[in-house]
Amino acid sequence: MVTEYVEGSAGTEFNKRDFKVVGTRPPRPDGIDKVTGRALFGADLTAPGMLHATILRSPHAHARIVSIDTSAALAMAGVKAIVTSEDFVKQKGSGNQDTLDNCMARGKVFYDGHAVAAVAAISVKVANAALKLIKVEYDVLPHETDVDAAMLDSAPVLHEGRKFRNIPEGNNANVSGFWEFGHGDVEEGFSKADVIVERSFKTAATHQGYIEPHATLATMGPDGRGEIWVCTQGHYMVRDMAAAFVGMETSQLRVTASEIGGGFGGKTTVYLEPVALALSKKSGRPVKMVMTREEVFRASGPTTSSSTDVKIGMTKDGRITAGQAKLRYQGGAYPNITAMLGAMTAFASYDLDAVQTQAWNVLTNRPKQAAYRAPGAPMAIYTVESVVDELCQKLDLDPIEVRLLNAAKKGTLSSYGPTFDEIGLVATLEAAKAHPHYAAPLGPNQGRGVSCGFWFNFAGNTSVSMSINEDGTVSVIEGNPDIGGSRASISMMAAEELGIPFDKIRTIIGDTNSIGFNDVTDGSRVTFSVGLATIKAARAAIKNMCGRAAQVWGIDADAVDWIDGAAVPTGHNAGDFSPMTLAEIASDQAKTGGPIAGHHEVNADGAGVSFGVHLVDVEVDPETGFTEIKRYTVFQDAGKAIHPDYVEGQMQGGAVQGIGWALNEEYIYGEDGKLQNAGFLDYRIPVASDLPMIDAVILEIPNPGHPYGVRGVGETGIVPPLAAVANGVSHAAGVRMTELPMSPPRILAAIDGAK
Amino acid sequence: MSKIHVSTSINGDAVEYLCEPEETLLDALRNHVGLTGVKEGCGSGDCGACSVELDGRLVCSCLVLAAEAEGKTVSTVEGMADGEKLHVLQQKILDHAALQCGICTPGILVAAKALLEKNPDPSETEVRYWLAGNLCRCTGYDKIIRAVMDAAAEMRGA
Repeated sequence: MVTEYVEGSAGTEFNKRDFKVVGTRPPRPDGIDKVTGRALFGADLTAPGMLHATILRSPHAHARIVSIDTSAALAMAGVKAIVTSEDFVKQKGSGNQDTLDNCMARGKVFYDGHAVAAVAAISVKVANAALKLIKVEYDVLPHETDVDAAMLDSAPVLHEGRKFRNIPEGNNANVSGFWEFGHGDVEEGFSKADVIVERSFKTAATHQGYIEPHATLATMGPDGRGEIWVCTQGHYMVRDMAAAFVGMETSQLRVTASEIGGGFGGKTTVYLEPVALALSKKSGRPVKMVMTREEVFRASGPTTSSSTDVKIGMTKDGRITAGQAKLRYQGGAYPNITAMLGAMTAFASYDLDAVQTQAWNVLTNRPKQAAYRAPGAPMAIYTVESVVDELCQKLDLDPIEVRLLNAAKKGTLSSYGPTFDEIGLVATLEAAKAHPHYAAPLGPNQGRGVSCGFWFNFAGNTSVSMSINEDGTVSVIEGNPDIGGSRASISMMAAEELGIPFDKIRTIIGDTNSIGFNDVTDGSRVTFSVGLATIKAARAAIKNMCGRAAQVWGIDADAVDWIDGAAVPTGHNAGDFSPMTLAEIASDQAKTGGPIAGHHEVNADGAGVSFGVHLVDVEVDPETGFTEIKRYTVFQDAGKAIHPDYVEGQMQGGAVQGIGWALNEEYIYGEDGKLQNAGFLDYRIPVASDLPMIDAVILEIPNPGHPYGVRGVGETGIVPPLAAVANGVSHAAGVRMTELPMSPPRILAAIDGAK
Repeated sequence: MSKIHVSTSINGDAVEYLCEPEETLLDALRNHVGLTGVKEGCGSGDCGACSVELDGRLVCSCLVLAAEAEGKTVSTVEGMADGEKLHVLQQKILDHAALQCGICTPGILVAAKALLEKNPDPSETEVRYWLAGNLCRCTGYDKIIRAVMDAAAEMRGA
């Protein structure tokens, strides 16, 4: 019997408890490797006999491939193999086929930088020289990179003849997705409003900007068995895609995740891995591929750019009567659902009687978008939070009071369908209102911005295995690459549940052959889902250990409880035995029935949504249009912060990515459809001197779906900064800003235009 | 063209390697000397992940030719700890949880060490401007700046 761990009633996993390990700040287990240079990332591994491969990329934004002649390149000394789209297996599902076509163009190139062929050679130098000998004949086609222009009937069509589902009449052939959400009668709602604000907004495409370029090392032997080493957010995903693309069974391909140098969603798909595997298959040698930074910008996925119309009505006392948004996103040359997520999240912070959102995805001649931290939400919520701010301005109402008046809470029918359970928005707003930042005086040319943010959080397929070692230590294997310190939080949850110290546990990320399937590290799912599975794996091991103790004591297993890391007899009939510690049970395991382990596999649910509120003070130089961030405070509901340092880190990092999105970052295309700023000099992410300290205030409103109350915290932090900074700039500059990034020239033009 | 023979000193050890004339110091360190703690984030001197000290001067090793190391001294992240004892900066980065993915960490450490050698008592603004050439996409820099300031204070004996 394990009375301490009786789970809650139906639909509830959470049980209140006093934590011993959770909530402390121990050093991360991979820390020393990372400060000494020992940690091995994607590009850090070599193999005997290894070849290097590079990719020939399209110089055109849109063209038909008439022919590819690789004969001269193949004849070059040192060249060992060349692949094109013909070397890959046609896929059954259109999603997989799109991903494959993005790895290696088939028939057409859709954007500047689209892969056309790849060469494996004895060195990068030889491979690059061979690329110049590949003759590709292109039939260049008209292109379009702008979302609104691509929706016009005059726009060039990317995928001629391809039918997309559920597209209403009146949309052209580039519209690949349409979605609608909401409830109530918005027209009736608008009729009750005292003030209505209607605005149009644009946001630029931004890149995740991970500092580690994509890198992989693939080996395929003559026996048809393969190995891939790769920096990825999901090595099971890499296994499944790469195996399918080269036509092998997944069991024959083992994928090992390296340390990963940032992902933010951008490493949730494949680019190089199937190509390296195909080249290894052809050459019989290990093949290493590493993208240059220019390739990362040109050919890996940025997020979508957007064009949105928002209309919100409000009464004089600040009640929102109706909200409506039409969101148009482009995410490059292949279909995606980011616009749908934008439409779902746009009004999620509000309890509304009438709300309607519509979203379109439009195909353009840009790289295939990839997930970027809360995909779709930042640009959607930016538009709504900007209009709410303008309404507060017009009605002379306090922006936090108005948000409190309209805030979603437990029982609210959300704008995207479900009814909210326990959520932390009101508590987060109250914390922001009470914080000294909100009352601090502002100087000349300064403005304060407020914004709410929301993300669903995902859970999903998860496997964890742990073994109780004879020396009383515990080895945990999980299958989700650790981007931000998750090995620490997983070890902490195992230690908490088993009742042993944190440093007795080592958690590793297993390869694809070591434990069951795991979804990609995305959707802020790891601390929630892997944590849940770790706790349940520990409970399985505890049950086993209680049974061993019962066997030694000669009592019923139901009469043994697990308290503070030891089996303890309970109940008046159990007998009087001293507690038997984990170490004692572990050392005798061979004598009491063999190895003790615990494992848990689940398609988890109940991730628990997450809300945040950001406060920012900015100063705008009226002479130059330059914006300085003077003060920044993040408030976010973490459910339960397992390792508070890394929760703060997610909040701070998300805020700064959002600041970059608001002020600097942007994919810039020329008339020729070529990306003009494919490097960190011209695509400027925030640097240390751009920023103040980012204060992080963690709130803990337990998630009913997790035994410890955990909510994912990775993504919500990037959502509020766009509107918070835009609202601050609009106040400081005295003019409403409606386009991101708010670069100095754009702000100056707005100031001049308002004069 | 034949390869160039280079004799240099790396983290206090005499090292020789052969390099191509156009090869960077970054590639030589990673591919010929086995020091993969030096990271490549951009190859154009914009991210600072490949920061090393060359004769005591902070450089991006992707902007230095491998042949230029002849007769000089090179310091990388691998040379910071004294055996098992971490450098104060390394310890403070861990204590302040000032890394998430860790790819920028070697470059940040080398750059911060170079700063503190020149200026043992930097202001927050000075730390921020000195580290402006080292991109970090995970942390928002907050904890990194705190770690460097704390290390500076400890190294001054404050």
